Amino acid sequence: MASLAVSGIAPGLRGVPFTLALIAVAVVIFAFGRWLDSSYAFFIGYVVVQYIVLGTAWNILGGYTGYVNFGITAFFAIGAYSTVALHKLVPTLPLPVMIVVSGVLAGLVGLGTGYLTLRLRGVFFSIATLALAVVVQTLITNWDFVGGARGAYVLRPKVAPLIGGEYVQYLFLLMLGICVIVLATARGIERSSLGYGFAAIRDDEGAAEASGVPTLKLKLIATTLSGGFMGMAGAPLPFYVTYLDPASGFSLNYAVNAIAMPLIGGTGSWLGPVVGAVLVGGLQEYLRVTISSAVNVLVAGVLMVAFVIAAPQGIVGLFQRKR
Amino acid sequence: MTALLQVAGLGKRFGGFVALESIDLEVQQGERLGLIGPNGSGKSTLVNCICGTLRNESGSVRFAEEALDGLSAHQRTRRGLARSFQLPRPFASLSLAENLRIPLLYTVNARATGALGHAAIDARCLELLGQVGLAAKAERLPRDLTQIEMRKLELARAMAAEPKLLIADEAMAGLSHAEVDEIIALLIRLNAQGVTVIMIEHIMRAVMEFSQRLAVLVAGRKIADGPPQDVVRDPEVVRAYLGE
Repeated sequence: MASLAVSGIAPGLRGVPFTLALIAVAVVIFAFGRWLDSSYAFFIGYVVVQYIVLGTAWNILGGYTGYVNFGITAFFAIGAYSTVALHKLVPTLPLPVMIVVSGVLAGLVGLGTGYLTLRLRGVFFSIATLALAVVVQTLITNWDFVGGARGAYVLRPKVAPLIGGEYVQYLFLLMLGICVIVLATARGIERSSLGYGFAAIRDDEGAAEASGVPTLKLKLIATTLSGGFMGMAGAPLPFYVTYLDPASGFSLNYAVNAIAMPLIGGTGSWLGPVVGAVLVGGLQEYLRVTISSAVNVLVAGVLMVAFVIAAPQGIVGLFQRKR
Repeated sequence: MTALLQVAGLGKRFGGFVALESIDLEVQQGERLGLIGPNGSGKSTLVNCICGTLRNESGSVRFAEEALDGLSAHQRTRRGLARSFQLPRPFASLSLAENLRIPLLYTVNARATGALGHAAIDARCLELLGQVGLAAKAERLPRDLTQIEMRKLELARAMAAEPKLLIADEAMAGLSHAEVDEIIALLIRLNAQGVTVIMIEHIMRAVMEFSQRLAVLVAGRKIADGPPQDVVRDPEVVRAYLGE
């Protein structure tokens, strides 16, 4: 963790200045997008930033705490389907409110999952999360109110509220906002006693307990934050795709990418998932338009295998000072 | 005066195997107790039950006049009960200084008296590493350490929790003569500072040199408890170690 402070970007910045810097970067990116004035750029940007959020959320539990969650799509889809349900119930509800509600719901599911599964360690925990994804998918598929197996249409307004322009710009802006929150939280965790507690759990849970770390409480904090952020990442999805069915909401791609990106970028720091998402997400999009739309999953798979073998610390790990 | 640690009628089974049978043990404030017994006699199981890693089925553990039953391991650590592990279990991805930071953050700072600042924690980590002779390696990772350094780190981490009672579980296994002396000196120094110490050990020289009192476990039962010189002459103890 401290190695991060050695090599990370802006190591000396404290929480608030760091968050302000993130906001500044987000503003610059958004302004650049407006200057480009290409809706295609916004569509790609949205996907990449969404993966930064998903990867970082996964990393809070998987990278920091050492509990590998395969049930990403459960939390992501809970976020997406919360929006579908809320939009049907209260069509006038602003999207940011839906994002918050989605995050809270997914966070609660994370908390409950944690209570039920965190007595399991290692691969058994992972299997339980995989089962969670199947259970949630089955429930959604059989829930007629949100479209069931048929799927649901969510018509997105033509013009973005507040900022004008195309609606996808608004979606991108919201996702940037979520991203700032998630990254600031992740970095805040790294430098707090919470981060040290997570690392202790990851390294040796028994020794952590013996050192006074309340492991169950910390693991529940991790599952709640991780699940909640995944839900927030999924919340704007129905407006982005306009048609959501279980097959796409629970697509394996989300799970593979959310795990592959932190692994490729490096799980030890907040920067890892960012690097991984930009690199893999960008490459996938490039290959999707140049070669084939099916090759993008292959990219994540091949890169993940290559990095796990050749550079287990990820890209960020390569640049860190050897101790 | 009531004892610092009171174990009464403690029993633990694993399936049909009785690991500990009705153990009674008292340790006075400031005492140095040696706990010995052949392999598999239940020493580590007893430590695990006292520290909350394992739940005992019967009996009770009282510490500083408080019943510990039902408390988890970290709650017991916060009440002043620290242990080192038989096989060192460092936090592998954290530097030595950060290894000590964990108990400082989660035990010392969790107490009412706590709230050390950033700088105070850093200073304390270095001070503790200095006490075990590892200050020069504060920024290194545990994988760079030798076996004895690893055991010293294990002890330093237990010391960092500022315990009232420290249980050193075979801190010296496999160490050389001089290294054993070093650890004994360290534990005696700690004891002089007011920390009660239970030493679990196979090296009889170390046990005899260190202990004011000796307790012997054999097959899950305590068969002797008293002054070390008397205990090692006890016929039952001799029989347990050497056979008939």
